[in-house]
Amino acid sequence: MAFTNEQLERYSRHIILKEIGAKGQKKLLNAKVLIIGAGGLGAPAALYLAAAGVGTIGIVDADEVDLSNLQRQVIHTTNDIGKKKVESAAETMRAINPDITVNTYYQYVTSENILDLIKDYDFILDGTDNFPAKFLINDACVMAGKPFSHAGIIRFKGQLTTIIPGESPCYRCIFKNPPPKDAVPTCKQAGVIGAMGGVIGSLQAMEAVKFITGVGELLTGYLLTYDALKMEFHKIKLPPRGKGCAVCSDEPTITELIDYEQAVCEWKPGE
Amino acid sequence: MKITVAGEKKEYADNLTIAALIEAEDVETPQYVTVSVNEEFIDSDKFDSFTLKEGDEVEFLYFMGGGAR
Repeated sequence: MAFTNEQLERYSRHIILKEIGAKGQKKLLNAKVLIIGAGGLGAPAALYLAAAGVGTIGIVDADEVDLSNLQRQVIHTTNDIGKKKVESAAETMRAINPDITVNTYYQYVTSENILDLIKDYDFILDGTDNFPAKFLINDACVMAGKPFSHAGIIRFKGQLTTIIPGESPCYRCIFKNPPPKDAVPTCKQAGVIGAMGGVIGSLQAMEAVKFITGVGELLTGYLLTYDALKMEFHKIKLPPRGKGCAVCSDEPTITELIDYEQAVCEWKPGE
Repeated sequence: MKITVAGEKKEYADNLTIAALIEAEDVETPQYVTVSVNEEFIDSDKFDSFTLKEGDEVEFLYFMGGGAR
């Protein structure tokens, strides 16, 4: 497949990079990335991956755009309030780059649908807001052998890691089980600074681009944490994969997907 | 003794347990924190008995939700 003149111009700043080049840009155009959650993390990630020319981008969310989302979910605008997030996100992505295909999935991930959702994609981004979904995505990606980026944000802090099943430690290697409902605060309860999604979601997009193009070193085997108040990044080296892990060890005790109880706090102003 | 906590060198008295360090460092949601010492995870049921030694590198890993809504 040869580049069109428009593609040569659109992706010129990529193509000129010796690490990416025409070859890397073709890999991006042929790649398929699934973003789960079109919110604080998924919004910036989707914008950058669309702009980068990732040829097929899937986006999964069963929520609608709310006024309180707009402080950080930069893919949606005030005119989008009430629209399905996946539709609003897809419109923005197509407007940025008509060169790509956007698939929308207006649903939440569950043990029933997740393996089917991820199966056609090369790389998955976890941009969800709750622990049951994060554990479900981890377990499904480990079982299906799908590389993915895990991330979380709260207040002025964020963190992420990249997981290549069978090679690097998974989310469950670090955190064995989800915390009990409401034991650990969510963004809704504790707040989050808007630009945090931009920082961490963009880093997730960066990992997807590096994975697709094979450039550099992935954030596997490390948890990168960011503290905006101290303006500090810190890389925590993780122990090797699998040691006693219930899902990614060579003798897993979890072999079926689990739907944990949803722990998102339904806080509303005035309650 | 000198130990490194989340990348920062700190001075603590000898025979410090992980549980005591968690308290001294004012760790948020201490019952759900994951702790690694010298790049090994320590089971939470050993926090009371595991004694840190000079030069140990301790990391706290926190649950972080957030992202979509």
